[in-house]
Formats: sequence, structure tokens, C-alpha cells
Amino acid sequence: MASVTEQPADERQEPVADGGPADPFDRDALPAPPGASRALLRDLTRPYRGRIWLAAILLVVQQAAAQSGPLIVALAIDHAIPALARHDAGPLVAVAVAYIGCAVAGGVLQRVFIRRSAVIGQSVLLELRGRIFRHAQSLGLDFHERYTSGRIIARATSDVEAIRELITEGMQELLNVGLSVLYISGVLVVLDWKLGLVALVTGVPLAFTVRRFRRRSKLVYTRRSAAMASVIVRFSETMNGIRPVQAFRREESNDEEFAALNRVHRTSNGDAILEMGRFTVSSWLIANTSLALVVLWGAYRVASGSLELGVLAAFVLYLRRLYEPIDPLGMFLNSWQSAAASLEKIAGLLAQIPSVPEPAAPRTLPQRASGRPGRAVEFAGVRFAYRTGGEVLPRFDLALPAGQTVAVVGATGAGKSTLAKLLCRFYDPTEGAVTLDGVDLRDLAVPELRRGVVMVTQESFLFSGTVAENIALGDPDATAEDVVAAARAIGAHEFITALPEGYDTDVRKRGGRISAGQRQLVAFARALLADPAVLILDEATSSLDVPGEQAVQRAMRTVLHGRTAVIIAHRLSTVEIADRVLVMDAGRVVEDGSPDRLVLGDGRFAGLHTAWRDSLV
Amino acid sequence: MTGGEGGSDPRGDAAREVPRHSTVRSLLRLRPYVRPVAWRLVCSALVAVTASCLSLLIPLVLKHLVDGPVRHHDPSGVWLGGALVLLLGLAEAGLFGVRRWLVARPMAALEARMRGELYHRLQRLPVAFHDRWGSGQLLSRGTNDLQIVRMFLTFPLIFLVVNSTTVVVGFVILFFQRWTLGLVLLAPVVPLVTLCTYFESRYSVATRRAQDQIGDLTTLVEESVLGIRIIKAFGRHRSQARAFQRQSQELRGTELFKAGLLANLWGMMTSLPDVALGSALVFGCVQVAHGTLSSGTLVAFLTTGLALRWPVESLGWLLSISNEAATAVDRFFDVMDTAPPADDGTGAAPAAGPADGIRFEAVRFRYPDAPEGTPDLLTGVDLHVRSGETMALVGATGCGKTSLTALLPRLYEATGGRITLDGADSAAMSRSQLRSLVATAFEEPTLFSATVRENVLMGAPQAGEEELLRALRTAQCGFVHDLPQGVDTQVGEQGLSLSGGQRQRLALARAVVGDPRFLVLDDPLSALDVHTEALVEAALREVLATTTALVVAHRPSTVQLADRVALLSDDGRITAVGTHRELLETNEEYRWLMSGADERSAA
Ligand SMILES: Nc1ncnc2c1ncn2[C@@H]1O[C@H](COP(=O)(O)OP(=O)(O)OP(=O)(O)O)[C@@H](O)[C@H]1O
Ligand SMILES: Nc1ncnc2c1ncn2[C@@H]1O[C@H](COP(=O)(O)OP(=O)(O)OP(=O)(O)O)[C@@H](O)[C@H]1O
Ligand SMILES: [Mg+2]
Ligand SMILES: [Mg+2]
Repeated sequence: MASVTEQPADERQEPVADGGPADPFDRDALPAPPGASRALLRDLTRPYRGRIWLAAILLVVQQAAAQSGPLIVALAIDHAIPALARHDAGPLVAVAVAYIGCAVAGGVLQRVFIRRSAVIGQSVLLELRGRIFRHAQSLGLDFHERYTSGRIIARATSDVEAIRELITEGMQELLNVGLSVLYISGVLVVLDWKLGLVALVTGVPLAFTVRRFRRRSKLVYTRRSAAMASVIVRFSETMNGIRPVQAFRREESNDEEFAALNRVHRTSNGDAILEMGRFTVSSWLIANTSLALVVLWGAYRVASGSLELGVLAAFVLYLRRLYEPIDPLGMFLNSWQSAAASLEKIAGLLAQIPSVPEPAAPRTLPQRASGRPGRAVEFAGVRFAYRTGGEVLPRFDLALPAGQTVAVVGATGAGKSTLAKLLCRFYDPTEGAVTLDGVDLRDLAVPELRRGVVMVTQESFLFSGTVAENIALGDPDATAEDVVAAARAIGAHEFITALPEGYDTDVRKRGGRISAGQRQLVAFARALLADPAVLILDEATSSLDVPGEQAVQRAMRTVLHGRTAVIIAHRLSTVEIADRVLVMDAGRVVEDGSPDRLVLGDGRFAGLHTAWRDSLV
Repeated sequence: MTGGEGGSDPRGDAAREVPRHSTVRSLLRLRPYVRPVAWRLVCSALVAVTASCLSLLIPLVLKHLVDGPVRHHDPSGVWLGGALVLLLGLAEAGLFGVRRWLVARPMAALEARMRGELYHRLQRLPVAFHDRWGSGQLLSRGTNDLQIVRMFLTFPLIFLVVNSTTVVVGFVILFFQRWTLGLVLLAPVVPLVTLCTYFESRYSVATRRAQDQIGDLTTLVEESVLGIRIIKAFGRHRSQARAFQRQSQELRGTELFKAGLLANLWGMMTSLPDVALGSALVFGCVQVAHGTLSSGTLVAFLTTGLALRWPVESLGWLLSISNEAATAVDRFFDVMDTAPPADDGTGAAPAAGPADGIRFEAVRFRYPDAPEGTPDLLTGVDLHVRSGETMALVGATGCGKTSLTALLPRLYEATGGRITLDGADSAAMSRSQLRSLVATAFEEPTLFSATVRENVLMGAPQAGEEELLRALRTAQCGFVHDLPQGVDTQVGEQGLSLSGGQRQRLALARAVVGDPRFLVLDDPLSALDVHTEALVEAALREVLATTTALVVAHRPSTVQLADRVALLSDDGRITAVGTHRELLETNEEYRWLMSGADERSAA
């Protein structure tokens, strides 16, 4: 597993332009078209544009109220006090009302703003999470085989979290910064334009600092989020394989390898904090220097009588506040950069085009003749290679008439599962077409396709949740009775009712709460409930005991009746219910015929069958 | 959840109902992690306090500047004052930098250390623990929660100290300047403290809920990706997306509720101090007009007061962050408080007793989360696998075969009886010692993201090339040589996907590599075709000749591997032991399990 630890090193490289590394999946970030992350952000916020403006206006008013303090102080000192000395309390009352009014308004507006911006932010996040999830779900298996679950988790959690920070805090920070800078600059220039100008010139070096920070931090944040992703990948893989990890005493070496990933993350994390520190220091240096200059010049001018004392006092007060947003600005840039890094990865994920797309203009399957549930299947000139490997099915032609039960046998690795996966459109063939009643699978919308073909996969994966929920996955509209009927049909009912809470027993993650054979039964019941025209069973009974398998086979005689069925099995007992047998070898059908005929011959199947017979009892 | 400590959420998390600690108490639990960097934190806080004191000094200098040189038209005094302001400003900026430099690396290291320890602990917690916890809940603790803690320690904690100090010092300065006006500013403290207390109690509940919901969401994402084939096979991605949408909507609701609480608090935090400041302004003006207060003092007073605005306002924000951090700490310790099982081993190698094989003596077992009142799964298993013997374990689906084999490497602990290996009680051995003796091929072949070589050699890290190739030959893994990089091809989630039978054979190779003393094979040939099965069996016999093995079998063909067969009945006991032939002849149940309701003979 040493290579895993090296991976983050690869991820350090910046995206290379054309002619980069061969497989973009080796890096954490998939290439996204330029500007995709911005477009994504724009797109996400579009429905809330009006509300964002409203929130911004609220904030403008709030800022105006909050920032008016020093101005009122200046008024009080320069006007109210002299007036009071003349026994005119009017200005003072006005000042009092203004100040306290602003204070109250500031608080109330603050409250409204937080509520409103939270609604906007959370809605955007909801949409973003949903998009990531939906898109990941719509991508083909070839994508998932290369991207790894951990990375999708990272996209949907830690990367979304980075954007959450930007949206929930960043918006307020940015608006605050922008507004107070604008507002205070305005006030300063009005108070005394010469001093004001001195103060504003400071903006130029500040802008440079911001630019430098953005450039440098981009690298750091991209690296950090990639490091986080590899931490997540590792973490979830270990927890998912905890039995072998413990049984083979991998704990220590896993600790070491995890520490290496963790170290990469730690370094980039520290880099990120320091980068931000560098920015804050340089900005404050600039800001405080300008403050001193203003004080100096202002004091000089007051001394020489060309400036009022109150104005200088207000000026210094405002000036400190002009620079106060440096910290929020830093924080904003911080969340912006880290969100930008994450957004880019999310955009890269969203830019992936599903390799098995849903048709734009779906066709429907023809009405079935005479109420028979089965449909005809045809592989016409199909070739297929996995994206990561060589060709598995070299030119393949096969026709299965409606209602036929076909057994597929052959050595392991011969391509049986691949054939099944093509038939239920986990992948599209590289060449040729798979058709159902003459309709190309590529032209069928998902619901139509799944009424047509359903497969019990070789790995019987259950989701955490109850047994009933897991079976009902086959048909979400099914009633409790339907679920029980499906379970009964294949003999799962007995064991399910024996579970502590029967059908409502939580099977836990990946169905760990029930035994391997029981998982297969549940998976089988699920497929039955789906009631497809073509049922594919990929080693669906391999973990059952012999009586259990026989019970399933008896059940199949009735449930498969009239359906088209493809049964992949190593135990040739299955063959007894098949009308036809296909023997596969290295991606080709090498024998094809009725079981009786093949058994009598001297081909592979006859050999297999004799060997199997001999192995019985 | 069926477990005693379970919540009501079926997908959820075993630790929903942890007792809630107060924020401070939760945060204090970070002590062991913070201690090594404590001095840096203290220095950083001191630096920050100094920096804000400097910034408080600036108005004072200004007051002197205005009351002195400016009023007296003294240019050299102005220069001096200006220089002082510059000096203070530069020092302040420098200190900001020092503060960050002090904490940046150590805090990143602290987060990494906590994550490392979490990972370390999780790897060592029993499988039963992992059964109970949604994987996303564990993951979100290791990522989201630790990030929150780190962020809290890096800034908010220091701000909390600094800003409170600033507020106190500021008030002292204010009181020195004019205690009557100072009192006016102090007035909002009582309502604000009350408000904060109320806020705290409600906010922390919401925070916990939000973080748990994030964990559930993570679980859902993980499952949906791991189960993508099932979702595709049934075209269920829309309903899965709806489930996800529903859960994210719940999270959104919680977050909005939190925002509502925050909004109230912040609103108050903004208004009340400002109202007080306004009142002070009015009083001050009156006093200046009456000549009892110099205008310079009033300017300085108000400047100080305004400078305190941000520290006071920020307390609301800091409070909420502390709260989130405390919840994150709680969640972290939910796991860390689960003690790893004591390793009662002596550490000494088990007395190299007589080669006695494996003995199960009245072994009882029930899953820790089995509901009360249900019978044990294993109710007194007695079985002796002689040294060098291969014993097949046969039983109906779900009768407890896998559970029994899991007791051998102590993935689960037997609840009664004992298991001895070559005479040594397995419970007295340390787990790692025990597991170095027992190798298992699990019924679900799990490959890790690593090369074929690494995956196979997991079982025997010290084994060399020779042994690797031998194990691959035994398991008929010839196909690996056709992979793009041979045995150095990446497989598993981050590598090449293999066919079911190929995975199973690799898992088998992993178990037999390095000639383990005891071998457990859980239905090791279920995904192999008849010919390959025969080849594997022939090769396995060589290995099995020298090891003591327990082989779970469903098929007569697998049973052929074994010298004797043990029949595990549904009532959780071994009811018969003997050779395949013997049992076929004498045992009705066995005959039924091996040939079912034999249709051929019935015909
Ligand atoms: N997702 C994949 N990516 C790349 N190669 C794959 C993938 N799945 C299978 N292969 C390869 O394709 C070939 C055929 O695999 P397939 O799963 O179809 O075999 P199979 O006949 O079902 O075998 P088994 O009986 O072991 O299940 C194998 O060599 C396998 O390594
Ligand atoms: N982690 C678990 N927690 C609680 N109960 C469990 C757990 N794993 C299995 N069980 C229950 O214990 C019983 C025995 O399961 P086990 O996996 O040992 O069966 P098995 O004999 O290996 O069956 P199979 O032949 O199907 O593999 C089953 O009824 C199952 O419901
Ligand atoms: Mg297969
Ligand atoms: Mg089992």
C-alpha cells in the first residue's frame, strides 16, 4: 500500500494543460472547463439574486446605522456641547435620539440580515449537495470504479463545508468590508478631502497584498483539499474493511500510512494558516503606517489652525475603523480561496458526462404479445472493453428469445458478469448494440429499462435500514404484503420472521447484521419484487446451502415462467431449470445448446457437468 | 437500532443520547492534546493581549497629542506623538504576525494528532463496535469535527481570552477616565449575560443535532456510492436522491434554527452596548458643557468605548463557535471514551504445548446487540480439530458458521467457554499474537486499494517473493500475471476491478501465504467454477497437509478438502463429527444439507 502514501505527492502538481498525465483520475481534481466553478456559483445563486440584493440593502442600511457613531460623536463635540454651554439642549437631544436610534436599528437589522442570509445560504447549499449527489448517482460505473467512494464523500462533505463557510460567513464579511470601506471613505473625503485622500491612497498597496495572497493561497488550498480527500479515502476504506484489517493485524502499518497522509494534510493546513498570517501582517503594516501619517499631518494642520479639532478626532476614529475590516477581509479571502479550490473540484465532478446517459428522446418498449412477461434480448455485434483494461468481449452476437431461461457457465474471469452488466446497461458496449424487443437499451429511460431488465449482482449489497426497506428497493410502491410475498416466494420469509424485529430489523451497514446466505435471499427477493421482463441472476445462490438453493430453484420454476432469464452459476444444478446453456470462455460463447444435448456431447460443458456430478455427495 | 444505547433513528448513530456536558467541561477535555502546545497558546494569547492593549493606547496618545502639542501649537511635540502612533501601529502589526506564527503549525499538528488517534483507536475497537456505528458518523468525526476544534483553538479561543481581557482592561481604563460614565457603559452586562446563558443551552442542542445530521448525510453518501451497482440495477437513483434531499433538508432546517438563535443574540449584542455608549455620550456632553470634564477626556473616553465595541459584539460569535467546538469535542470523545478491549495477553509466546490443534470447549456466543430473551447463537460448541487436520464446518444458512469462525481470531469475544490453540487458551493470548497464528479467508473477499502483492502479503508482511508466488499458485491466481503490471497492479477501489472469482482467489492467497499455523476458510470456493475449484483444491491440499484448518463448506465439493466434517446445528451446537462418508450414512440432517431433497433419488 506504499503507493497510496505517494499519491498526495502527485496531487501536488498543478493541473497540467493538454498533454498532462494520462489518467486524470490519478489526481484528486478532475479537469473542469475554464470558468466552470464561477459559472457553477453563479448558477447556484441565480434563483436567489433578488433576495441577495435585498439582504445587501439591509446590510447597507445596517452599516450606515452602525457606522454613524463617530459622526454623531463629532457632531456632539463640535455642536451639542457649545450649544449646551449656551443653555440650548436641543442639539444634545437630537444627538441622543440619533445615536440610540442608530444603535437599536443596527441591532434589529443585524438580526433580520442574519436570518435572511441564512435562508439564502442554506438553500444554495441544499441545491449544491443535491447536485453533487444526483450527479454522482447518474455517472456510470466506469466512473465510480476509478473515482473511489472516498473522493465522492470528500466532495459532498468537506468540499461543501468549505463552500458553506464562504456562503454563511463570507457574504457578510465581504459586504461588511465593501460597505464600511465605501462608507467610511466617503465620510472621510467629506470631512476633509485632503486627509481623506491620504487615507485612501493606502488602498493601492493593500490591493497588491490581496492579489499576492490570492495567488499564493490558491496552491495551498488546492493541496489542502486534495490531502483531505486522500485522508477520507483512506479512513473510509479502513473502516469498511475492519475485519480483514484486524484479522491480518494491519493496524500498525495502517497507522503509519495514515500518518503519512495526515502529515501531508497537516503541512498544507499549517501553510494555509501561515499564508493568511502573512497577509494580515502586511496589511496591518500598511494600514497603521497610513494612520500615523494622517495623525501627523492632521495634528499639524490643527496646530496651524487649518483643521478643526473635532474633525481630526473623527478622522482618527474613522480611520481605525476603515482598517478594521482587514481581518474580515482576510477571513473572506481565506474562505473564498478555500471554497474556490473546493468548487473547482466539485465543478470537475459535475462536468463529468455520464458514460451511460439517459436518452434525450426515450422510446417505449412494444406491448408484449399475449401477456407473456418475457422479452427478447439481442446482442448485435457487441464489443466491450472496460475503461481500465483490455477487451473483455471481442465481437459478440447472441439472441435470446422471449421467455427463454438461459444458463451461462464458464471459467471465472470468462466475462459472464460482464455480459450480464451489458445486458442491464451498467455499461454501454464499445461497439454494436444490446436490444430488448428490438429497442436499443440506450433508447430506454431508466424506469422503462428497469421494468425490462433487473439484475441480482454477484455482490449482494444491502443498505442500512430494515429488511423490508431493502426488499422494497425493488419496487418502492410495493405494499408490505407484496414484500412478504416476494420473501415467501424464495423461502426467505422464515429467517426474516426469526430476526429480532422481523421485517423491521435493521440490517446495518452493508447488511452486516445478517449472514451471507441471508443477504443473498434478501437481494433475490428484491429482484422478484421488481418483477422485470428479463431477470439476470449473477451467482445469486452461491452462498446458500444446498436445500436453500433447491428451494430457490423450485421457486424459480414458477417465478421465471414466461420471463426471460439469464442465470450465471457455477453450480450446475441451476442448469436443470434452463432451456439453453451458453458456455463462455475468454469473452466468447464457445458452446450453445440445450443442456440435454450438450451433456451428451464431448465439449466443455459435458466435461464441466461430469466434474460437477462427481463432486456431488 | 436494537442496542441498549441506541437512539430511535434506524440509520443512526449509537451515541445519540450521550449525556450533555457543559461547554466548558467539554472543551476542557481537550487538555491532553493542548498541553504540549499550551505555552504557545499562552504566548499567543499574551501577544494578542499586548497587541490590543497597544491599539487601546493609540487613543490615549491621541488625547495627549490633542490636549498637549496641538493645543499649544508645539510642532516638535506633534512629531513625537506621530512617531509614537507609528511605532505602536507597527508593533501591533508585528504582534499579529507573531501570534499566527506561534499557533499555525502546532494547531495543524494538533488536528492531525487527534485524527491519528481517532484512526488508531477505531482500528482497535472491536468489530462489534463498528457494527453499531454508521461509517459516515465515524468519518465526520474524523474530518468535520476535528476541523471545527482546530479552528476554535487557533483563533476563537485566543479571541475569547483576548477580547474578554480587552473588555476588562478597557473598562478599567474607562473607569479611570471617568467612573460615572464607565458605570453607564456597564449597565447592559446583566441582560447580556442572561441572554447568553439562555442562548447557550439551546444552541448547543441544535449544534449537536446538526453535526449528527451531517454524519448521517455522510453515511448516506457513502452507502449510495458503495451500493451504486444495486441502485443502478434497480434504477433507484431518483428515490435515493430523494432520500438524500430529505436528509439535507432536515439539516437545512436545523441550520436555519441555529441561525435564528444567532440572529437574536447578535442583534442584542449589537444594540445594547451601543445604546449604553449613546447614553454615555449624552452624559459626557452635559459634563463637558458644565466644565466638569475636559473635551479631550471625553474624546478619549468615547474612543476607548468605541474600540470596545467589536470585542463586545464578537463575544456572541465566539460563544457560538465555542459551542460548536464543544459539541465536536463531545462527538470525538464519544468514540475515544470507548475503551479498546483490554489485551489480557501476557505477551509471552504461548507455551509451545503439544501440537493439540484447535479445541472449542463449551463455547457460547451471542452478538452484543442481540435483544434480551433471545437464545444464544452458539450454545455450547465442543469441537476438536486435531493438529494438522482439516475440519469442514457444515450447517444451514444463518446457523452461525461465520460467527463461530470469527471467534477464533477473536474478532468477537466468546461469551462463554474457551478456545485453545495447541493447548494455549486463546483468551489469554494477546490479540495480535493470536492473529499472527490464525489466518482467515472471509466469505466476502475485501481487497484494499493497493497492489496485488500488498494485498496478498497483508497476511505475512515478512514473506518474500517466493512465498508470494507460491500462495498465488495455490489459489490459482495465474491471472495476475496477465494484469498490466503483473503483481504490482493496483487493485481494489483505487485500482483495477476484478471478477468475483478473481477476488475470492486473491483473498484465499492472502490467507494461505506464509504458512499460518491455523487457517480459517469461510466458504472459500463459492465463486469458482468446477474446474478451477478442483485445481484450487488440489493445490490447497498441500497447504492443508501441514496446517490445522477449519473450512466452512456448503457443497460436497468443498467438503472434499476436509479430513473430517463437523455439523453445526441450528440450535448452536455441534451435533455430529465424522468423515463425509460416515456422516452421509448416519446423519439425516447432514445428508439433507449436502444433497437436499434429492430429486434424482426421489425420481
Ligand atoms: N470493472 C472492471 N474493470 C476492469 N476489468 C474488469 C472489471 N470487471 C471485470 N474485469 C475483468 O474482466 C474479465 C471478465 O470479468 P467478469 O467479471 O465478467 O468475469 P466472470 O466470468 O463473471 O467471472 P467470475 O466467475 O469470477 O465472476 C476479468 O478478467 C476481469 O478481471
Ligand atoms: N453482526 C451481527 N450482529 C447480530 N447478529 C448477527 C450478526 N451477524 C450475523 N448475525 C446473525 O447471526 C446468525 C448467524 O450468522 P452467520 O453469519 O454466522 O451465519 P452463517 O452460518 O455464516 O450463514 P451463511 O451460510 O449464510 O454464511 C444469523 O441469523 C444472523 O442474523
Ligand atoms: Mg462474475
Ligand atoms: Mg457465513
